[in-house]
Amino acid sequence: MWVKVAGHMACLLPFLYLLEKYRDGSLALLADPVNFITHFTGDWALWLLLACLAVTPVRRLHASLGWLIRLRRMLGLYAFFYATLHLLTYVLLFSGYDMSAAIEGVRTGHLIAPWRQLMLIWPSMLDDLEKRKFIQVGLLAWTILLALAVTSPQRVLRWMGGKNWQRLHWLIYVAATAAAIHYWWLVKAGVRTPWKVTAVLLLLLAARLGYVAVKRLKKPVVA
Amino acid sequence: MLLRVKQASEIASSEITPKETVEAFNQMRRSRRDVLKGLGAVGAAAALGGFASVAEAETKLNVVATNYKVSDRETTPEAKAKSYNNFYEFGTDKGDPARNAGKLKTRPWTVKVEGLVKTPKTIDIDTIMAYRPIEERVYRFRCVEAWSMVIPWAGYPLSEFIKAMDPLPSAKFVTFISDEDSKVMELPSGIEFPYQEGLRMDEAMHPLTLLTFGSYGQTLANQQGAPIRVIVPWKYGFKSAKSIVKIKFVDKMPATTWNDMAPDEYGFYSNVNPSVDHPRWSQAHERLLNSNSILPKVVPTLPFNGYANEIGTMYAGMNLRQDF
Repeated sequence: MWVKVAGHMACLLPFLYLLEKYRDGSLALLADPVNFITHFTGDWALWLLLACLAVTPVRRLHASLGWLIRLRRMLGLYAFFYATLHLLTYVLLFSGYDMSAAIEGVRTGHLIAPWRQLMLIWPSMLDDLEKRKFIQVGLLAWTILLALAVTSPQRVLRWMGGKNWQRLHWLIYVAATAAAIHYWWLVKAGVRTPWKVTAVLLLLLAARLGYVAVKRLKKPVVA
Repeated sequence: MLLRVKQASEIASSEITPKETVEAFNQMRRSRRDVLKGLGAVGAAAALGGFASVAEAETKLNVVATNYKVSDRETTPEAKAKSYNNFYEFGTDKGDPARNAGKLKTRPWTVKVEGLVKTPKTIDIDTIMAYRPIEERVYRFRCVEAWSMVIPWAGYPLSEFIKAMDPLPSAKFVTFISDEDSKVMELPSGIEFPYQEGLRMDEAMHPLTLLTFGSYGQTLANQQGAPIRVIVPWKYGFKSAKSIVKIKFVDKMPATTWNDMAPDEYGFYSNVNPSVDHPRWSQAHERLLNSNSILPKVVPTLPFNGYANEIGTMYAGMNLRQDF
């Protein structure tokens, strides 16, 4: 029980930090708040996704680490949570969406205003999506996370059957890889900031593949 | 090869150096001490202290106002302009330069002038600063990353300096080479240093092109490219080289840092152009960073960053989609 409570608290901390920065006004004083929010939410989505992927390999290191499994779904869901904030930041703050007009509309009783603003900006967002590979691959990662989040409850697992569920949830590797590619494709040529997350991702993938390979090698001997 | 029609505004470099200018410049060098009184404390202290290293915080700069204002946009808060900089020598994050550039020593500082000039020389920064009255000019500043600011720069037209340098008629381009010092800079791998930028001669001679020493009434903060940089307001920000140590006149289009690294993303000209997208984002809009609000102000990007009238026919006959 306490493991989960601690997990929730740790995963919510970055979000609370962002809210606090908004509340005390320091977010607005940053040179480019939108850029900060975009990177902040993107970074945490990716880090939590890697943390989620790390659960199984780390558990295998020692029998006493079994309790970590209780954090896996939570980490995945929070990765989806931050990825969704990241996507919303793009749609509402980055794309040219007129937030001031939307807010003003709602204040004056025109509840349709936010939707109208979205419709105004929609064509240019589609254009962006059509032209930019890094947005396509980022959206792919988010879509996968959405599918995994929706199918994450126990009930859905039972309904789908373990095999199908597991097959679907293997897509988390595709999502993490797509997220890393999204990062590489958006930085400038010559900038190597994404190398750390990429190294961690490759290590985790290697750990999985290595584990499978070792198991396969051992099997015939046992049989 | 570029095709271009010779413009009236384009002055043959053989004609751009009246004798008086050179004499004035030399006179200025002789009487530097007197002139320095009009400059900020850094200059004065450096002159009096025999150019020992002095504190490099921004100091007040005496500026004369000019007509270059931006009437339709508010000026960016100073703290924002000085905390959000692309100056890759000091790190790739836009907050890095403000954190790391304090180590840069901007005195003593000299600028080497070489290449196709009558007499190559090395000139002290305070001499350069004292050469002409320093004007305050408020310009739009448009980064290639689709954000923009409005900044009051302080400097004088680069053309004045170039005239005094006496380039040969064969000089067709000017190259600006930035400082490279591994002792104080991060110099991230993946990017080739020293940073190098260049302008065509007529671009360098354009009255908008500002040899810049300050902003917000003070000397430049280190993270903005102290002590000397150029500002070319109708081009994306990276064309405006920072912390310049060498100016070289050449006859061929020079290699420039970002163009070398990603020619499909950063053209040599890099004029602000809403109709030519960056491969990874549209250049039709920009996020105007000039208020203390978290709600973004996304405004349409203007051709030549709003300086199309001043640019006039400088690029007539060129296909600016190809020569972007």
